[in-house]
Amino acid sequence: MDVELIGLTKRYGAAIAVDGIDLKVPSGAYCCLLGPSGCGKTTTLRMIGGHERASAGDVVIGPKAVGDAAPAERGTAMMFQSYALFPHLDARDNVAFSLKMRGIGKAERRAKAMAMLDLVQMSHLAGRLPSQLSGGQQQRMALARALVTGPKVLLLDEPLSALDPFLRVRMRVELKRIQTELGLTFIHVTHSQEEAMALSDLVVVMQAGRIEQAADPRTVFERPATAFVARFIGGHNVIRVPDGLVAVRADRMRLGAEAGPAALPARVVAVEYQGTSVHVGLDADGLERSPESPAALTAILSDADFAARPVGLGDTIPVGWDASAAHRLDA
Amino acid sequence: MSGLTFPLPPVGRGRGGGGADGTAPLDPDPPPPPAPPHKEEESRVAPFRPRRSLAYLQAAPLALVFLIFLVIPLVLTGIVSLWEYNEYAIIPALTLQNYADLFDGCLSADLCTTLRTYLSTVKFVVLTLAITLPLGFAIAYFLAFHIRSGTVRMGLFLLCTIPFWTSNVIRMISWIPLLGRNGLINDTLRALGLIRQPIEGLLYSDFAVVLAFVHLDTVFMIVPIFNSLARIDRRLIEAARDAGASGAQILWNVILPLTKPGIAIGTIFVTTLVMGDFVTVGVMGGQQIASVGKVIQVQMAYLQFPAAAANAMVLLAAVLLMILGLTRMIDLRREL
Repeated sequence: MDVELIGLTKRYGAAIAVDGIDLKVPSGAYCCLLGPSGCGKTTTLRMIGGHERASAGDVVIGPKAVGDAAPAERGTAMMFQSYALFPHLDARDNVAFSLKMRGIGKAERRAKAMAMLDLVQMSHLAGRLPSQLSGGQQQRMALARALVTGPKVLLLDEPLSALDPFLRVRMRVELKRIQTELGLTFIHVTHSQEEAMALSDLVVVMQAGRIEQAADPRTVFERPATAFVARFIGGHNVIRVPDGLVAVRADRMRLGAEAGPAALPARVVAVEYQGTSVHVGLDADGLERSPESPAALTAILSDADFAARPVGLGDTIPVGWDASAAHRLDA
Repeated sequence: MSGLTFPLPPVGRGRGGGGADGTAPLDPDPPPPPAPPHKEEESRVAPFRPRRSLAYLQAAPLALVFLIFLVIPLVLTGIVSLWEYNEYAIIPALTLQNYADLFDGCLSADLCTTLRTYLSTVKFVVLTLAITLPLGFAIAYFLAFHIRSGTVRMGLFLLCTIPFWTSNVIRMISWIPLLGRNGLINDTLRALGLIRQPIEGLLYSDFAVVLAFVHLDTVFMIVPIFNSLARIDRRLIEAARDAGASGAQILWNVILPLTKPGIAIGTIFVTTLVMGDFVTVGVMGGQQIASVGKVIQVQMAYLQFPAAAANAMVLLAAVLLMILGLTRMIDLRREL
């Protein structure tokens, strides 16, 4: 089912957590709400799920506005950050919990729970308590619990953040597989741009309670709408030119002889070898540098290019970019 | 240089190790061993764990206190319970006569005195539990879930301890002007014309005894239950609501099961307090109601120490049995 947010707003006293956002998530899409902590992405998710009351605006799920409807009446299910599994119930009873709340008989709900545990390859651990399971297994259990009532929209609050990096990548694939198999709408909150890029059909970049850009991942990366988006998704240099700001992908920067006529002389302040590529950090006069980044500009060279023309710390080289690689930013 | 060999920590059997060489194992997220998996961290640092004797040394001071003030007095009581006595003297000789006296006639059809006394005491335990448990749970629930400010919560906790701001005797004497024949309640009801004759059962009755127990012991129910409630992750309640649970269903299916340890501890507190009481039953019952503690106190007053000791041993056994039954229902060690 598609999900539409209309002027959705959340105020806590004078503070505005979510500032009148409009968004349409098509049915069956994998949508990631991406942004730094405190940007309002989790509050938005919780308003969609009915765990937070909207101060203004509305959430429309499928054909009807859900307004103040209880979570279970919306056709949504939520997978909580760190899962919120019931510690006193084993995997099967955790999954069967919502069926029990609906008054479904023991045999039937247990059979359904086992089917769900099968889907996430957990049926052999049905008798274990959450504390007896690893992080990845708890995550699968939480997923099964969220899916057992057949929701049309699944809301995931930082589902992968509690896992170690290796498992995170694996569970990412699994989430995508299940989403495709069941054809559900997934709305997934994350602060990892890598996760958002890998999973989503629709990336919604948020900051300070507003949507900075909502588009497919490729558009967000190729044509970031704002300087914030360009910086947050990474891989871009945001450069002030005489008539405004442009974003240039770090791998489109040109060094040395290729830099072209408009090149700036720049000082090499960092060289990081990354295997297939080398990241070169550069500082130049007249370029502002944000306090958290190590250099004003980053150029990503393929390892072969770097090997052909190596640079070292302290070198001064010309740096420039193709005019076609510069993408104009709104603000 | 050959002396420089360090004991290497055992190679971790942690998961994910197979991925290091780029060949992902078929199941890189294998189930942990059946033993609680979080122990894994400990075994990894095992070679550096201090020796066992140190742990015993650390436990020694408390063990010593328990030995001197609990174990030795208990053993002495046990020994004295086996001594003979007459009107004038206690004779250190082994006999089971004290226990035989205690259960004299208990095998006949009529209930013997001891059994009737125990039944009366257990009745107070049951009545007190029946009131303090729901009451304590309700108060603890309110403190844990509805009070958001720590200062207010602390203030309300202090209010719960008001019954302890004065001595037990004064506290119980203070009931008399309230509950007595010409006390505040009877006078008020008479002045309002609701009753002609004063209600007799307010003071010196089962009602008065239970009232005093509830007044005194509810806080022992509140604190452990509050502790259990405070440890419940609020997201569990949200998750239950997300699953469509109503308020009552959340209470029954999530909150109560997770509060079981607190309820068990509170129940143990109240049970032991009521079982061993002799002052409250004496004063509030007008010295007319039997209780095990009261019997022991009377025997002590008549210097029948061996009989009192035998009674005490039986009481101890009875209370331990009740606690054992309780821990059978709730596995405290697993829950804590």
